[in-house]
Amino acid sequence: MINRLVIENLKHRRLRTTLSALSIGFQVTMILAVVGLSRGMLQDSQNRARGAGADIFVKPPAASAISLGGANMPEKMIPAFFIQQPHVVRAAGSLIQPIGGISTVTGVQFDDFAAMSGIRFIEGGKFRAKFDVVIDEYYAEQNKKKVGDSIRFLNTAWRVTGIIEAGKLARIIAPLATLQELTSNTGKISQVLLKLDNPKITPSVISALKNTPGLEGYSIYSVEEFVSMFSIDNVPGLKAFIYVIIGLSVVIGFLVVWLTMYTTVLERTREIGILKALGASPFDIINLLFRETLILALVGWAAGVGLSYAANAAINGLVRASLQSVIVYDWWPTVMAIAVFASLLGAAWPGLRAAKQDAIEALAYE
Amino acid sequence: MSNDIIRISGLKKVYRVGDIDVPALRGVDLNVARGEFLSVVGPSGSGKSTLFHIVGGLTSPTSGTVIIDGQDMANLTDLDRTRLRRGKVGFIFQKYNLLPTLSAMDNILMARHFGGGNGQPLSEQFNDLLKLLGIHHRLHHKPRALSGGEQQRVAIARALVNRPAILLADEPTGNLDTENSDRVLSVLRDLNVKLGQTILMITHNPEAAAYGHRTVTMRDGRLK
Repeated sequence: MINRLVIENLKHRRLRTTLSALSIGFQVTMILAVVGLSRGMLQDSQNRARGAGADIFVKPPAASAISLGGANMPEKMIPAFFIQQPHVVRAAGSLIQPIGGISTVTGVQFDDFAAMSGIRFIEGGKFRAKFDVVIDEYYAEQNKKKVGDSIRFLNTAWRVTGIIEAGKLARIIAPLATLQELTSNTGKISQVLLKLDNPKITPSVISALKNTPGLEGYSIYSVEEFVSMFSIDNVPGLKAFIYVIIGLSVVIGFLVVWLTMYTTVLERTREIGILKALGASPFDIINLLFRETLILALVGWAAGVGLSYAANAAINGLVRASLQSVIVYDWWPTVMAIAVFASLLGAAWPGLRAAKQDAIEALAYE
Repeated sequence: MSNDIIRISGLKKVYRVGDIDVPALRGVDLNVARGEFLSVVGPSGSGKSTLFHIVGGLTSPTSGTVIIDGQDMANLTDLDRTRLRRGKVGFIFQKYNLLPTLSAMDNILMARHFGGGNGQPLSEQFNDLLKLLGIHHRLHHKPRALSGGEQQRVAIARALVNRPAILLADEPTGNLDTENSDRVLSVLRDLNVKLGQTILMITHNPEAAAYGHRTVTMRDGRLK
């Protein structure tokens, strides 16, 4: 019977029920979108690192594995050392340069990199002139660029000569020498990518490289080690940011439900008096309000999950070159718990107030 | 053993309003026999409703003795008074006080739920009572679709669903027209005669009071 009263009460105040559930839903969507965005961006970075086709990544001393830029490695190490190592069949250097926000341009020797990664052109071909660039399909789609168009970064106009399939290390690929010159990094690169004749012996090759005099301090990773570093834990501040969003969501959820339940209790003072006259205990009253709150939280959670699909589709459909989002199914139980916790917290004080309501005063309430 | 279902002696109730003590009951002595239909009349502010609330376990007395169906109200906790309301007392209010979001039947079943009879079918005797009240064909309507008289008869059914020892009626015809008032009062009298239901009814109306076996008058917190 209590459940029937709960359902009828929620149905009776449809607009408020809908708005309250949606408010909780937006809180759920906010968390799912932030986590989905964080994970999507990191997964995209992982996919692009794998797409480079390398078995080993070599980073210079003091360089972060997932840094957006920096060039502290002599390019001449490639012909002088890396390509001569046993089992190394290809070696390519790249220079990564930030161009605003989290966007970067990557400079490569095109033929070396193409041979390693197996780049496939959707339109056009490799760069031929000093200020030519190749862009990936996501960048082209988001920025509405086609072969022959011009794009501008580093205070320079670049001509698009080709559009490649996404997932090959970078969204924008420029001639290495041009990028080195523009960024005052002549002769320097950010990392070296190595392709082995047999990927299964990657650990032994890494071990040999680490024991090579002169490579002390260099970070040498297998591709799987390298991509495993693209995690929420390894991005400075990201975890804290997610916690802040969760904290804000809890506060918003708490306030929404607090306000909803507070007005509900005021509006239903007489009803609470009737229930008490019928023999409802304070526990019964709190139980009633908590069940209503639980339903609001669960409906809000479901709405929030649905809205997160819409947010995901919007991000990936409109700005997938800049942002990537994924559906984070494993977070659904967590956000459900957060929504329920925040909502029940919000219902606690109004519930206690209702439970303590004097039955006679409540029955006299107009 | 006494046949009195309600035994009240020296009952006082003082409300604290700000810094001032306001006496609502100044020493009431009253016995009500099992199966009696007692009418309590008196002007507004005479203490009728306070007496109603104390007998119904909605509030506790300040001093004096109140024994309901053998249970002394003096030492009851809030939870004890809740239990008393569930089993021993049924309320009928002037404004019907049906839960507006539930159908008439669900209002009745809600009282039954708190009385501990959740899920059990209604007895044949109670179904007969619904027919006696003339609401058996209106039970699936919500209160807003019922007339005032129908709502009050649903409230009577709700008050009786747990077979309470005492039916407390606070101005049960106060919001009804003459025809519906007569019908509700007739129903109360029938319940008293046919089922032996003890009824304590508060009213302003002398004609309504005449339906009871006995009428007592309250004035200034005392029985006259």
